[in-house]
Amino acid sequence: MISNYSTKIGLEIHCQLTSLKSKLFCSCHCNYREYSPNENICPTCTGLPGTLPLLNQTAIEKAAMVCMALRCTIPNNILFYRKNYFYLDLPKNFQLTQYNAHGITSIGVDGLLGYGQGEARIRRVQLEEDPGRLSYVKGSSGSLIDYNRAGVPLVEIVTEPDFHDPKDVRLFLNKLASIVEHLGVCDTSLEGAVRCDANISIGDSRRVEIKNVSSFGDVEKALKFEMTRQKAMLNYEMEIRGETRHWDEQRKITKQSRTKEEEQDYRYFSEPDIPSIQIDEDYLKELHSKMPELPDERKERFINYYNLTEHVSKVLIEHKDLADYFEESAKIYFAPKEISSIIVTDLMSYVDDNSKKLGSTIRYIKMSPKQLAEIARMIKEGIVNRKTAKQLLYEAVVSGKLITSSENETNFRKIDDEGLILRSIENVFETESLAVLDAKKNPNVSNYLLGKVMELTKGRVDPGRALSQINKKLLEY
Amino acid sequence: MSRLCDLSLDEVTDGIRNQHFSAEDYVSHILERIAKLDADIKAFVSVNSDHAIESARRIDSKIRRGEKVGYLAGITVGIKDNISTKGLRTTCASRVLADYVPPYDATVIRKLKESDAIVIGKLNLDEFAMGSTTEFSNFGPTRNPWNLDYVTGGSSGGSAAAVAAAECTASLGSDTGGSVRCPASFCSVVGFKPTYGSVSRYGLIAYSNSLEQIGPIARTVSGVVRVMNVISGVDPNDDTTRTVASPYSVESNRNHLRIALLNNLTVNAQPEVSKCIYSAMDTLSSAGCICEEITLDSLEFALASYYVIAMAEASSNLARYDNIRYGFDLDPEGYEWNSYFSKVRSNFGEEVKRRIIVGTYVLSSGYYGRYYLKAQKVRALLRREFKSLYSKYDVIIAPTMPILPFKIGEKIGDPIKIYYMDIDTVISNLTGMPAISIPAGFSNGLPIGLQIMSDDFQEQKIFDAALLFERTAKIQVRSPL
Ligand SMILES: [Zn+2]
Repeated sequence: MISNYSTKIGLEIHCQLTSLKSKLFCSCHCNYREYSPNENICPTCTGLPGTLPLLNQTAIEKAAMVCMALRCTIPNNILFYRKNYFYLDLPKNFQLTQYNAHGITSIGVDGLLGYGQGEARIRRVQLEEDPGRLSYVKGSSGSLIDYNRAGVPLVEIVTEPDFHDPKDVRLFLNKLASIVEHLGVCDTSLEGAVRCDANISIGDSRRVEIKNVSSFGDVEKALKFEMTRQKAMLNYEMEIRGETRHWDEQRKITKQSRTKEEEQDYRYFSEPDIPSIQIDEDYLKELHSKMPELPDERKERFINYYNLTEHVSKVLIEHKDLADYFEESAKIYFAPKEISSIIVTDLMSYVDDNSKKLGSTIRYIKMSPKQLAEIARMIKEGIVNRKTAKQLLYEAVVSGKLITSSENETNFRKIDDEGLILRSIENVFETESLAVLDAKKNPNVSNYLLGKVMELTKGRVDPGRALSQINKKLLEY
Repeated sequence: MSRLCDLSLDEVTDGIRNQHFSAEDYVSHILERIAKLDADIKAFVSVNSDHAIESARRIDSKIRRGEKVGYLAGITVGIKDNISTKGLRTTCASRVLADYVPPYDATVIRKLKESDAIVIGKLNLDEFAMGSTTEFSNFGPTRNPWNLDYVTGGSSGGSAAAVAAAECTASLGSDTGGSVRCPASFCSVVGFKPTYGSVSRYGLIAYSNSLEQIGPIARTVSGVVRVMNVISGVDPNDDTTRTVASPYSVESNRNHLRIALLNNLTVNAQPEVSKCIYSAMDTLSSAGCICEEITLDSLEFALASYYVIAMAEASSNLARYDNIRYGFDLDPEGYEWNSYFSKVRSNFGEEVKRRIIVGTYVLSSGYYGRYYLKAQKVRALLRREFKSLYSKYDVIIAPTMPILPFKIGEKIGDPIKIYYMDIDTVISNLTGMPAISIPAGFSNGLPIGLQIMSDDFQEQKIFDAALLFERTAKIQVRSPL
């Protein structure tokens, strides 16, 4: 009976543009986390009478990059709107945001993002300001307001209700996080840098909003809980009310919001103090040429160049930090398969055992990419067996020190001899004759050939030099 | 010889620069005059005595040392009390800002100080600039220097009265729907509303952002032009400012302006006003201008459109006054947040509450299309029509106010009647185009103002026409006090 209910889930993700220097409408610092309360403020972001918003143009650029990565349409004319409501953390008692009901003027609309096996439509992307923060004092009825965060730029990403399974939501959010990391617009490991609201409806029942989920990991849990709750109610033929529920992080349940949120009328109108922003083709073209490599492209490169499997590549690119760590290590000693397998199996299981997410902790582990490269080398050279290697690895992760046994130096000397390099290339060309034919049509395949040469020489040739030799050789074919 | 306070802006700067009198003498004289007269007129909300004298001494010592002084050296400028002045209380004539001292100067104030003008004090207004009589002030009404029983007009009533009574050389007001020109007309002084984007609004406490501009008031056209030369221009703190064609000239070199009189506005005016405007047209014709009459039907919707937009923006602008970060003395202890908020906001005056309520209503979902959107369409239509008129005419003239000044209290119970007073002035705020009011004559001792309007950034055409009229008509600009 339960399986007859179809579930629809939509998401609203708030992502701070943490890489910006200043807030969205004033010159206070975007990085508010390092200040004592109400230290990172000015007349504008505290809404003093007579102040005017001055739009941070770089925020437009970063938000437009997010839109491009999500394949959104970017209108030529962007406007800001006032969303009017009263709350203590909102200095002007309205929030500057974007709005599309009176014409499409938000930074992006109608996008699409693929994840795992599925894809979700992006309804809109909009740029807006974060409010301040309230903190409640224990043992007192009063609350304190900190405006350090007020005015920090956010992109709000709203999806269509295209998800049916909370598992897909997790895959989607991981992909999105990796995209904003690769774009260099958001450090998702910072507390509160990404937040997610979700809405869920089952069958013909009313929509329930889930708010206050402050980590991506908990969104799946909150949705699972909510699905179970709602299906149980339906099985008992209880009516599901359209309501807003809050995620209780400690107890891992959703709770009815204490104050019943009525249907709010935000009285949107366009902000007269910010002239409309024109975005022309040339601007977008230039921005397009500045786009960094995105996770999907990087994954393809990992498969082609490093000859990694689809699965391993996917795990690595899920966190930019992880993929960077891998590449740095492989650059030092070219054994991509060995290095990636150490990361994906040994290192990740170690970090999982220590119940932390590797993506956010890779930068805090003490082992350097160079040490990892060294461990890979020792395995490849047969200097240590895998069991010893694992021990060395865990010691290095904790202490930052790698205990190496005496090494056979001759095996590591860089190959400088042109003839030797050429001979290795010829060997590879012989065994990979099909790839050679491909490479003549598709330059990406020369990377694959380079990978083979590096493998053969155990990373002892300079990749740049080898690649140019390969390309020269290809012309002769 | 005339008294120091009677001197025009040009005479003051010349006199101080050439050491005919010192800035300190002049400022002391002005302060004495304020002390003597303002108990009756009530133009000032705060007087900046100590700082004014200090600044005057600094200017004098610069002159004695032979150093260069600023363009407006030594003039005393009164500031409407909705323009932020660092360290000087800025109240908007409201109880909710009774104790508010801004930590920064508005751009216009910074520019005035840099040109060695002296901020002499803060001037009365209708609370948050919402009104046309300066009766809706928490400090009580300002009185018209031409007859103390009469209103000054508003909302910049203090700014016009102080200049008319020679309590300062010039003043700044703000004009959202006529708030500079209306009191300038009622007090027989010159008041100017610049093109939207000419003068920075940074530091002007917003009533309706898309309509308002800060504008100068003086007893002569050249006084107004000189203040404009200081306060106008692009400001990095206000993204709506644009490049202007200043400095403007005070030599009228155009006598053959093509002028249209907008006769919808004379038809609707009190007969005495209408008569005076036609005689002003004759004066301009006799001075060499080519004048004709025109009618514009779409003006019918201007007033309603203005009030819808102004109140909508106001309802949102005034939301920030929750007394949490600044405001007045009201202990939050024992209040739950929402009830504290209600308590705070019950301190707004009746007119402000009325506009917040109407503005909230017109923005509400379901009404947005019926009111706000329609008002914006009227606004765009008016702009198009005036754009095409200015391809045929240099300037358009009309009465500033449809009626003569009236007695204090006479209309206070009838808000609609007061709104109707703005019918001739709101046009330029809706189109964003510049407009001036200059003294055009008197009826029974009560002043009448002539309004001259022009196209975006064609302030020079307005100044040329106004200088020509001023020179030809020779209207008395000093009150009898
Ligand atoms: Zn700030």
